Amino acid sequence: MAVLHAAPLRLGALSWLVPLRAALVSLAGLGLLFLLVAVDLSVGDFPIPVSDVVSTLLGGGDEGQRFIVMELRLPQTVVAVAVGAALGLAGALTQTLARNPLASPDILGVTDGAAFGAVAVIVLSGASGYGGGLVTGRLQELGLPLAAFSGAMLTALLLYLLSWRRGLDMQRLVLVGIGLGAALTAGTSYLLVNSRIQDAASAQVWLSGSLNGRGWEHGRPVLLTLAVLLPLSLLLVRSLNAMLLGDDAARGLGVRLQLAQLGVLVAAVGLTSVSVAAVGPLEFVAFVVPQVALRLTGGSRPPVLASMVAGGVLVVGADLLTRAVLPFPLPAGIVTAAIGAPYLIWLLVRANRRRTA
Amino acid sequence: MTAPAAPARLGAELVTVGYGGEPVVRDLTLDVPDGLVTTIVGPNGCGKSTLLRTLARLLKPTSGRVRLDGDAIASVSTREVSRRLALLPQSPIAPDGLLVRDLVGRGRHPHQRWFSQWSPRDEEVVERALRMTDTWELRDRALDELSGGQRQRAWVAMTLAQDTDLVLLDEPTTFLDLAHQVEVLDLVTRLNRERGRTVAMVLHDLNLAARYSDVVVVMKAGAIVTQGTPTEVFTTELLRQVFGLDADVLDDPRTGLPVVVPVAGQAAASGGTVEGSASTAAASCGT
Repeated sequence: MAVLHAAPLRLGALSWLVPLRAALVSLAGLGLLFLLVAVDLSVGDFPIPVSDVVSTLLGGGDEGQRFIVMELRLPQTVVAVAVGAALGLAGALTQTLARNPLASPDILGVTDGAAFGAVAVIVLSGASGYGGGLVTGRLQELGLPLAAFSGAMLTALLLYLLSWRRGLDMQRLVLVGIGLGAALTAGTSYLLVNSRIQDAASAQVWLSGSLNGRGWEHGRPVLLTLAVLLPLSLLLVRSLNAMLLGDDAARGLGVRLQLAQLGVLVAAVGLTSVSVAAVGPLEFVAFVVPQVALRLTGGSRPPVLASMVAGGVLVVGADLLTRAVLPFPLPAGIVTAAIGAPYLIWLLVRANRRRTA
Repeated sequence: MTAPAAPARLGAELVTVGYGGEPVVRDLTLDVPDGLVTTIVGPNGCGKSTLLRTLARLLKPTSGRVRLDGDAIASVSTREVSRRLALLPQSPIAPDGLLVRDLVGRGRHPHQRWFSQWSPRDEEVVERALRMTDTWELRDRALDELSGGQRQRAWVAMTLAQDTDLVLLDEPTTFLDLAHQVEVLDLVTRLNRERGRTVAMVLHDLNLAARYSDVVVVMKAGAIVTQGTPTEVFTTELLRQVFGLDADVLDDPRTGLPVVVPVAGQAAASGGTVEGSASTAAASCGT
């Protein structure tokens, strides 16, 4: 097989090594993403031809088209792209850190922590519930994303502390995370069982992860977080590459191990919690996307940029599927889970076969 | 072999170190002589690897200090240490599908910045490391497709690419068959003779230690029993005392170096003494 290698990119004293296959996959993915975005913007109650969508995006189009594309549809699509990219990046970071494909924020309980926080707010604020309108109006609007964010952050902190044993033990991290996730899911179920049926219904909608009706107010925190944490993540990639060789080897290569581990976790948890706060738990995106990207790019760890692109493609694709293809409306989170769960099983079966082979 | 006049670049001074409980190494002082190959030997669990990891700043002594170029190594930055001292850990791991060229490229980590990740200098040093270790032809192969010996040569190439004067190797021959052990140790010798690298390593096999070392350091129960040239160190008495082993020490007719030949059948003949000394060794080294 002809191996596609990395090519040096040098500008004066600056130099990088560009992995060619990953770069090609990312570019192709960007093209596909753009196409999906255009189609996503074109479908709806007032269909607009894709060509008109593209010209509207580039500044053309008539006033009506501008309003529908830029004001009504673009925010939701941008949220889909941003959340997909953030979750893809978060998953790539944690899976690389733990050297384990299971170590994604949704498997490690971080997403479950966010869900628990959000459901607590919904149930407690339910006007007719026994929470008796404890949290209402403006506070609820602000409180839901905030509760989701805090739930994720607290879970991550707990995960970090419980996984510590003379340093961060990655195997422990995965096991503790799965345990935390189970406990939090049980907590969420408890809240739902004890809530009024109306509150339970609205909590359930949030829990399935929906892009429906998402606007700039949902997209802005995700985009801002990406703007801060993407550069941090790119700086950490070099350390991650060394950390893949084991703790001793990484430190021997001059990596400040604990600082790098903390940086990676902060970035991943930050990205996950703002995403979940924006659209609810989109199941399995952070878990599946980096592994798919890894198989497409053929490297030795989940690729950072290609995972972001693939995340955008999956979430926009799920949005498009729920809005335009399926005969009935379905939350995007159900679509991503329907793709993710069989993939998880396939991955486990395959790993099992390789071990017994 | 006399000790060099100037103080060695790397050394331990009254180092005590452990993993939280009882110290594994106690009040140990050792100079790693510049420009030579030093090998640490000793029974299992006697603190060889702990000492090597402490010398590489992977473990922090509870008392005493490791000295690197006259400074306490704890006060030198991680990055600076990694530019002067390379370590090949005992069982390094590599992700599936990692190419040899990428592994060796990682050795350049201490010399790179986010804006300078593949300078012509990086490329040159990596190529030299690949060629010296005979892994140039393997550079586009995945590490997990290689034989044990090839894989270990690639790891040595990575430490070589780190371009440090000091190289520490923690049991570089573990899990290799004899031919591959010799292959790796021949490479270590060339590193030392051709490139002037100071090498400190931990080895299990006493005959290989005798064959490939300028200085042998014998450890037992967290302390140094003796050190010197292989000929000075390996005696029937020492082997019995440290390893609980009844063995003859012969001269290799080709090199004049000592060869350790265990006396077979001793366990049956004088079971009591061997068992006794073995259990002493186990008690003193059990960690």
